[in-house]
Amino acid sequence: MSYHNPVYLFLFLPAVLLAYQLTPRKKRWMLLLLAGYFFFWTISGKLVLYLMGTTLFTHYIGLWLELLKKSCAESLEREKSSDNNSEKSQIKARKKAVREEYRKKERMVLALGVCVLLGVLGCLKYYNFFAKNLNLLLEQAGQGRIFEMKTLLLPIGISFYTLQAIGYMADVYWEKIPAQRHLGKLALFLGFFPQIMEGPISMYEQTGEDLWKGEDLRGENLSAGWSRILWGLFKKMIVADRLYVLVKAVFEHYQDYSGSIVVFAAIAYTLQLYMEFSGCMDIVIGSGRLFGVRLPENFCRPFASKNAAEFWRRWHITLGAWLKTYVFYPVSVSRMVKKWNRFGKKHLGKYLTRLGATALCLFPVWICNGLWHGPSWHYIFYGMYYFVILLAGAALEPVRAGVIRFFHINEKALYWKIPCILKTWVIVFTGELFFRANGLKAGMTMFFSIFQDFRLSVLWDGTLLDFSLDKGDYMVIFAGLLLAAGIGIIKERNLLKGKGFRDMSTPLRWAVYYGLILSVLIFGAYGIGYQQVDLIYAGF
Amino acid sequence: MEKLIGILNDIDDSIQWEKEQGLIDRRLLDSFGVISLVSELEDSFSIEIEAGEMVPENFNSVEAIYRMVQRLQEK
Repeated sequence: MSYHNPVYLFLFLPAVLLAYQLTPRKKRWMLLLLAGYFFFWTISGKLVLYLMGTTLFTHYIGLWLELLKKSCAESLEREKSSDNNSEKSQIKARKKAVREEYRKKERMVLALGVCVLLGVLGCLKYYNFFAKNLNLLLEQAGQGRIFEMKTLLLPIGISFYTLQAIGYMADVYWEKIPAQRHLGKLALFLGFFPQIMEGPISMYEQTGEDLWKGEDLRGENLSAGWSRILWGLFKKMIVADRLYVLVKAVFEHYQDYSGSIVVFAAIAYTLQLYMEFSGCMDIVIGSGRLFGVRLPENFCRPFASKNAAEFWRRWHITLGAWLKTYVFYPVSVSRMVKKWNRFGKKHLGKYLTRLGATALCLFPVWICNGLWHGPSWHYIFYGMYYFVILLAGAALEPVRAGVIRFFHINEKALYWKIPCILKTWVIVFTGELFFRANGLKAGMTMFFSIFQDFRLSVLWDGTLLDFSLDKGDYMVIFAGLLLAAGIGIIKERNLLKGKGFRDMSTPLRWAVYYGLILSVLIFGAYGIGYQQVDLIYAGF
Repeated sequence: MEKLIGILNDIDDSIQWEKEQGLIDRRLLDSFGVISLVSELEDSFSIEIEAGEMVPENFNSVEAIYRMVQRLQEK
């Protein structure tokens, strides 16, 4: 079962909605949890035990952390009342010592929690990658292979729910949230069925409360939810699944194509990935909304970004937010960065100190981003590619600011914004070329082919019709992209002054519904001659 | 408070720090700015700022930063 699959849309989702409404309000969270585990089981079978194990362990760590915090508070209270004759400074010093002692214990518990969850993820997802590379190293050193390759089954969504679980534990540790004492409710946070396959990766405080409110089904939510689902299906089935055919052909047989086709395929893949992943997010967020659960957005018109940093604030937002909160900030207050800052202030000056600190904090973020996507060197390269670009952006910021000041450039004017946006597109298309390539070597070959054999004539000499896509398919893709871009521009420039789909008159709204349904039915890439395309991010 | 304004002006003197209420929300202070600020605050006020304190509510205005510093000093 998958979110764009008829079984999900016409059987599973309506059945859960009906059962949800018939279930007493206080027990609705149980139904959602049951639906989540059933959904998981239909895809990963008995591997659902991993999700259950993660839930139990996360729950235990949360309670342990809370217990330590309670003990700490009691010890502090005892310190305060034990010796009334002591001076204030002495009491303060003793309280500080107590806090330090408990902080250490809490840190150990959190580290245990994070290590176990990352250990499970590491074993299942990355074991073969590390084993293969270590074997290669050992062979280079004249030793035999030590590590055996293993067939490991990966539970669906492990990369997503593991991050949510780690985020939950860290939030309890930082006292942003109290630990959830109710095991079932924590299980629902980690196993809400619309989020299982592709996220969004939510923080506990974002969805926790919504999930167990057990709100009645409401017309407003149903309307907003189904329209969002329809829009997601439109993006995936009309545009993304058509582009898939072209992308697959070029990336799997890249030696047969010229540089211009490689560029075309890189752009096509970026658009496919966006229409597919954001389309899936529309279905996911729409599914949540049917039950009154507002899941966090994962995309915010990324192609309107003026630089790579802004792009990552608009693309896969929840992954970026997770890495910022749980990797970037902890590293930025680590001893290593503090030491660097002190050293830099004495010897290097403000600019180099700041640049060095930026590099130290960004590096782990982008290594994690690359590795998170998969156990392969081309994903690590993809992460490092953005690390270098963002670091270069930070290094050149004074130059950029100087140019803007010197030439009195209005940063909001189109003459400045459009070149910036186009520059970002080039960065993004190049990154996606490596991201989609079948390995780092293939990515490099494809990239350098752009500079060796670039003939624009292939765009109109009929080569593009070799990919099982006829002129009609290209027109449908173009119309779909135009519609998505038009809606994006309207939202970005707030041309409707805050009004949206819900503010349309009823006849117009229904016309849009029918328009979307008919478009998907008539132009959707399904049926004979098309193969069902799996969700890309479900593979991560 | 003056000490704090001094630190902020050292990071960027083109911003009217006292008047701004959305330093993070309006991206006047980005993640890298926050890193520099945290390091300065720790040294100047002898406090320890944990990653959990890095939330927009603590850095959106001078008052918010000041409140966080006072709270951490009391610990």
